[in-house]
Amino acid sequence: MLTIKNLHARVVEGTPILKGISLEVKAGEVHAIMGPNGSGKSTLARIIAGHPDYQVTDGTIEYEVNRRRQNLLDLEPHERACAGIFLAFQYPVDVPGVSNAVFLRASFNAVCRYQGLPELDPLDFDDLLKEKLAMLDMNPAYVDRPVNVDFSGGEKKRNEILQMAILNPRLAVLDETDSGLDVDSLKLVAEGVNRLRTPTNATLMITHYERLLKYIRPDVVHVLDAGRIVRTGDYSLAEEVERRGYDWLQGAGAA
Amino acid sequence: MPDTMTSTADSYKYGFVTAVEADTIQKGLNEDVIRLISSKKQEPPFLLEFRLKAYRWWLEQVEPRWAHVTFPPIDYQAIRYFSAPKPAKPKLGSLSEVDPEVLATFERLGIPLGEQKRLSGVAVDAVFDSVSVGTTHKEVLAKHGIVFCSFSEAAREHPALVESYLGSVVPFNDNYFAALNSAVFTDGSFVFIPKGVKCPMDLSTYFRINAAETGQFERTLIIAEEGASVSYVEGCTAPMRDENQLHAAVVELIALDDATVKYSTVQNWYPGDQDGKGGIYNFVTKRGRCAGRNSKISWTQVEAGAAITWKYPSVILKGDNSVGEFYSVALTNHCMQADTGTKMIHLGRNTRSTIVSKGIACERSRNSYRGLVRITPGAEGARNYSQCDSMLVGDACEANTFPYIEVGNNTAVVEHEATTSKISAEQLFYLQSRGLDKEAAVSLLVNGFCKDVFKTLPLEFSVEAVRLLEMKLESSVG
Ligand SMILES: Nc1ncnc2c1ncn2[C@@H]1O[C@H](COP(=O)(O)OP(=O)(O)OP(=O)(O)O)[C@@H](O)[C@H]1O
Ligand SMILES: [Mg+2]
Repeated sequence: MLTIKNLHARVVEGTPILKGISLEVKAGEVHAIMGPNGSGKSTLARIIAGHPDYQVTDGTIEYEVNRRRQNLLDLEPHERACAGIFLAFQYPVDVPGVSNAVFLRASFNAVCRYQGLPELDPLDFDDLLKEKLAMLDMNPAYVDRPVNVDFSGGEKKRNEILQMAILNPRLAVLDETDSGLDVDSLKLVAEGVNRLRTPTNATLMITHYERLLKYIRPDVVHVLDAGRIVRTGDYSLAEEVERRGYDWLQGAGAA
Repeated sequence: MPDTMTSTADSYKYGFVTAVEADTIQKGLNEDVIRLISSKKQEPPFLLEFRLKAYRWWLEQVEPRWAHVTFPPIDYQAIRYFSAPKPAKPKLGSLSEVDPEVLATFERLGIPLGEQKRLSGVAVDAVFDSVSVGTTHKEVLAKHGIVFCSFSEAAREHPALVESYLGSVVPFNDNYFAALNSAVFTDGSFVFIPKGVKCPMDLSTYFRINAAETGQFERTLIIAEEGASVSYVEGCTAPMRDENQLHAAVVELIALDDATVKYSTVQNWYPGDQDGKGGIYNFVTKRGRCAGRNSKISWTQVEAGAAITWKYPSVILKGDNSVGEFYSVALTNHCMQADTGTKMIHLGRNTRSTIVSKGIACERSRNSYRGLVRITPGAEGARNYSQCDSMLVGDACEANTFPYIEVGNNTAVVEHEATTSKISAEQLFYLQSRGLDKEAAVSLLVNGFCKDVFKTLPLEFSVEAVRLLEMKLESSVG
């Protein structure tokens, strides 16, 4: 589904951050990405979503759904979203003045339009929203509040998962969605993600903690350091990182 | 920051010029010019007197410079004070006599005037340079006793009304530009809603500047008698030219006991090019008097054009329990400068006023809110609530708030809130990553910011206002 080859990227006209990342995520798989602060995890996630701050200087990212292969780097951020890519932000952004409900419906209908599906009218959308709120055990009062404004850290993260549940993406990239969540929220978020786990979907999870991986078992674990993948393994790699930290992996270089 | 915040060429789609045969006078200003204007309009003598008094006062004044805007000195002798499209037949008044080019111009601006095509729920007075070329739905309105016509026609047909109210809210010597307007105003709209009548449709005036080197000095007077109510809307555009053009208007509103006047503006004068060359100087005095008990005057403005805007639609709250409102969205981009706000002068008891101002500054523009809330000693129990928010798009723009609050009665309650925020590249990316393209993302953000103001506009104009802001912002957000 997602094939990244030898990806080099930097901040536009700035310092290089990613220095040759290769990664393949197949439909049905869950990959975890771990790595020390500043190693480039969020940068990778943001580049997949098309953030304008970064420039790809070498390498490719291909995305394939329904046997249609596309060069992801040719697509605008909104086109990537409409094609089924969803990034749950490490730091969700405040959108003052725009209520969650208005935002979610605008977003949902934009994706429907792009995919040639009928849009939902406010009443039908409201039903969908209620269903997802219940699933995530979220207070319906959130939907009338401006997006993320004055939300607690954990509420923001849950709000990201609510958006994900509404948009039902093919490829979800979760950037430290577990950070700042209490145990109950973590379980709910994990349930939400697991529900999306179908043979045709895939998830890329960035996390520092093995505890999330207990709830969402990854098929593959990567460790990123200084812009390179220094180790790829199965779940046991995450356990080892949890025990030993990253020191023993640093400087290992690309395999 | 990447290039998301730099501008691309702005498209001002109203920037065309109409080739019409025009009746224009020599450039320059003196008493003879004023007499000429007055005689062209076949005005009653009191009006000529009013004009000359204003002119003589104006001569002794200097241009005010206290607003937070900069512009080179205006050469008042280089301006033409009258230009009117020549009628196809000698007398204007019926649309069949209007130059077809002029009608086509209004049609192109989205204001069809012909019987078949005109907007059904709105009566329109169309002003082209110095004259009104036509007013629709007059007959229907007349059945209710409503007078809706050009100012010139009102001066001829209803001189007593004009004489008793003209200058009663904005005196000829109120300020420099109001005095200039009082001396040379050419046309505008006149509305009279008699006692107890609720105007059955929105009334509107569309102002079009066409001729070069010509100023537009319109004068609007709206009177709502006891228990009457009316909703009035104005719109405006002008061709793209490298020279600045002066637009100095005066609007006076009067609301008697229990009357309501709602005045909405969607201002889209040519703002000049990206480097600030050309554009309209929009120096306007708008004021309403809540003369009667329980009367209400409400201003809503969407200021999206003009090189410089200098404008403070105000309300004098004379009648007990009267209500004044000011809702404003002012958008500046490129090198535009806006210094706009309101004055709420509380004289009567239990008078209430609300101010909601939303300033959006982009690129190198300057956007200032300036507002006065004055509670006079007699205004027992007066209340004011002000909310002034600014939104910055980019790093080189400037947003200011200058609130003046004078409280002369300790029973008054005055609240003022202000915020400044920024549309960031991060916000745009967030919305885009949820499937919204850049236009949709900006529109969502701006609508969110302005919704408290937009919801006070009549429906079709709020749609128009949203579209106008989206168009302007598109060029500013990249
Ligand atoms: N837009 C940017 N401008 C400048 N530097 C940037 C930018 N984005 C990322 N960087 C730098 O690139 C490096 C990688 O940052 P990134 O956010 O990808 O790290 P991370 O692995 O997600 O870290 P954390 O675990 O702390 O979230 C850091 O040194 C960061 O300062
Ligand atoms: Mg990160």
